[in-house]
Amino acid sequence: MSALAGTWSLVRLALRRDRVLAPLWIAVFVVMAAFSAAATVDLYPTVASRVKVADAANGTPSLVALYGRIYAPESLGAVAMWKMAVTGALLVAVLGIVIAVRHTRAEEEAGRLELVGAAAVGRFAALTAGLIVAVATNLALGVLAAAGLVAAGLPAAGSIAFGLSWAGVGIAFAAVGAVAAQVTRSARAATGMGVTALGVAFLLRAVGDSSAGAGLGKLSWLSPIGWGQRVQAFAGERWWVLALPAAFAVALTAVAYLLAARRDLGSGLVPDRAGPPVGAPGLRSPLALAWRLQRGALLAWSTGFLVLGVVLGSIAANVGSLLDDPNVREMVTRLGGEKVLTDAFLAAEMSIFGFVAAAYGVQAALRLRSEEATTRAEPLLAAALTRVRWAASHVIVALAGTTVVLVAAGLGAGVAHAVQTGDAGQVGRVLAGALVQVPAAWVLTGIVVLAFGFAPRLVTVGWASLVAFFLLGELGPLFELDPRLLDLSPFVHVPKLPGAALAAGPLLWLTAVAAGLIAVGLAGFRRRDVG
Amino acid sequence: MTEALALEKLSKSFGSTRALDAFDLSVTTGEVHGFLGPNGAGKTTAIRVLLGLLRADSGVPRLLGGDPWRDVVALHRRLAYVPGDVTLWPALSGGEVIDLLGRLRGGLDATRRADLLERFELDPTKKGRAYSKGNRQKVALIAALASDVELYLLDEPTSGLDPIMEAEFRKCVNEMRGEGRTVLLSSHILAELEALCDRVTIIRSGRAVETGTLTELRHLTRTTIAAELAGDARGLDALRGVHDLRVDGPRVHFEVDNDAMDETLRALAERGVRSLTSQPPTLEELFLRHYEGGASGGRGEGAAARS
Repeated sequence: MSALAGTWSLVRLALRRDRVLAPLWIAVFVVMAAFSAAATVDLYPTVASRVKVADAANGTPSLVALYGRIYAPESLGAVAMWKMAVTGALLVAVLGIVIAVRHTRAEEEAGRLELVGAAAVGRFAALTAGLIVAVATNLALGVLAAAGLVAAGLPAAGSIAFGLSWAGVGIAFAAVGAVAAQVTRSARAATGMGVTALGVAFLLRAVGDSSAGAGLGKLSWLSPIGWGQRVQAFAGERWWVLALPAAFAVALTAVAYLLAARRDLGSGLVPDRAGPPVGAPGLRSPLALAWRLQRGALLAWSTGFLVLGVVLGSIAANVGSLLDDPNVREMVTRLGGEKVLTDAFLAAEMSIFGFVAAAYGVQAALRLRSEEATTRAEPLLAAALTRVRWAASHVIVALAGTTVVLVAAGLGAGVAHAVQTGDAGQVGRVLAGALVQVPAAWVLTGIVVLAFGFAPRLVTVGWASLVAFFLLGELGPLFELDPRLLDLSPFVHVPKLPGAALAAGPLLWLTAVAAGLIAVGLAGFRRRDVG
Repeated sequence: MTEALALEKLSKSFGSTRALDAFDLSVTTGEVHGFLGPNGAGKTTAIRVLLGLLRADSGVPRLLGGDPWRDVVALHRRLAYVPGDVTLWPALSGGEVIDLLGRLRGGLDATRRADLLERFELDPTKKGRAYSKGNRQKVALIAALASDVELYLLDEPTSGLDPIMEAEFRKCVNEMRGEGRTVLLSSHILAELEALCDRVTIIRSGRAVETGTLTELRHLTRTTIAAELAGDARGLDALRGVHDLRVDGPRVHFEVDNDAMDETLRALAERGVRSLTSQPPTLEELFLRHYEGGASGGRGEGAAARS
């Protein structure tokens, strides 16, 4: 097995590199799961109270689309872990992709794999080591999460099923990341491809779960996230479902090895084409360069947002039909009819788009740091332009790009919804729902720029803030956190359009906060050392 | 003789490592100035201070009559820079990078660009990720050399170039000298500086240990003499300035301080000389002399100073 020679050395190297990242992530998941469980025990101590909240959740299409159904309303575990199942699965999947790409394509792109490859290391060693580390990290995460749930007082069988369902999602997406790492040439593109697959998986499950009656329900079975839920932890565990992510991971891993055997070190599957011998006349400013570097990613993100918007917009009008419980239906009708439900569904989708658009802004603004860290910024800053002009170029792309992707989502959902309802006025209403997310998403770009200006090694605080705001929004109410703490998240202040009244105040001050963070960050960057 | 750039008592620390320690450097307009030192001696840090990328902790940097930290745009329009470690954007072709950097500096000479592409045999259509180290270096060199500027800051510009390209680079520098341009050329390759530079500054552990023309620096050192004598070698070791004398029958081999050359030659002539070769000190010897002893302290600090 000379192709695998050196794998264990690489595994040890990978574990050494992950010695902070992996334990930290695992700890976050274990604590989140255990606290969610403990909090639910306090909130819903009786079976009756749990059935009531579960029925309400199952009767609310926007919640079903986001989190899936609660399979056993009387089960404490099923109610407690309902939201965590999907939100956790999304984050575990990202972890799986990141670990797989980080130890394969990222190393190869940086040229470090060449250094290692010249030693006695087989051609599949890096891929194998990356996968071993990803699988081990996810299994550890699953087992420890299960232990946390048991400690919080949930039944052992369900806890183990829940932990393994998370691990299954993470391992499935680690395999996706491994394939993406063979196909693309840059770690950035590989991660992007993996996250796109994750978006598709989420969408399949969301459409499947919210169209249970319409024949599309089976779509959830095509999604690794759907499998995670269909293990039905705490609701009559179906252990055999865990074989699905395992089989999926094995199949994709085989594909990754086949691809790896057919390509050269450092290359992707598509050979490089020749570029232009001269720069286009417009390539003469930092903004032109930033656009050139980021336009591909923006196009991909916008397309993704548009497609997601169209899909969710076209199911929005049908969500009312999900209400099979006549009592809930009557209550909803009294509250303003099915239109309220549709609006709530659309508003919930738009707030998700807001989060994801903020992620776009964070990764676009992080270009500042990667350009600096790779010293590519150095010849630019040695040319006749100010630091602020260079930094502003990527900030502008981040801010404008955030707006563009939200417009794509709003237009996609609005047009699809308008076609379904035959009401052209819906386009503007839904688009407004997307646009109100823009200032909140900009705040995240601002956080990145602030960190870049003063503590460039800590720019990943942008991602940390996004995850923290996400968890605050998802779990804050459950933990009965101080409302002032919840107010830290910019997304809490966004008016829930369509449906709610348009409040201009929060939009203005969120914009001001973003602008302030960016201005202070740029001022900091002017004063510090570069490099 | 106007001053093109100067660093006076310049200090810069990164955490606990002192990259520059009261460092002095002065380059006059129109000269090719060598900047010699081992890896991590502080060469790159000094150049980055001159580019306004780093702010000095103390001391005064001056560049083309301005303040490199404050007058960035005006000054950078008059200079071109080649970094020691060139990284390119993976998806941009070499030609695009050359044009972009040239335009950001205020324009570049199209004829000169075409001429340099030919001389350095660079294919400008390749993407950044496809270039080898030497070719990446050529992209940065062409972008700099095609600009019509007063001052060139070249940080180890020939690393990765093959000998033919290195010779081409030397021709370019000599042309620049002829046109009255100023060049600061950092290197740890002695032969390169010996062939190109009017003056050299030697840096070790962030301090300037020697500055001067090569002739001046050679004055401080010894010439190696090998001779075959007709007479007796006795008494040579007692002469002032003679070191490391080895006598092998009629053949003698020793080093002599350059200021004692006259007396030594006379002493040899008295004994009768059958053959004689003398070797001037190379920069190599100069260099070794300056790093002997200090090497252990200087090395470790080096790596941090470049980062």
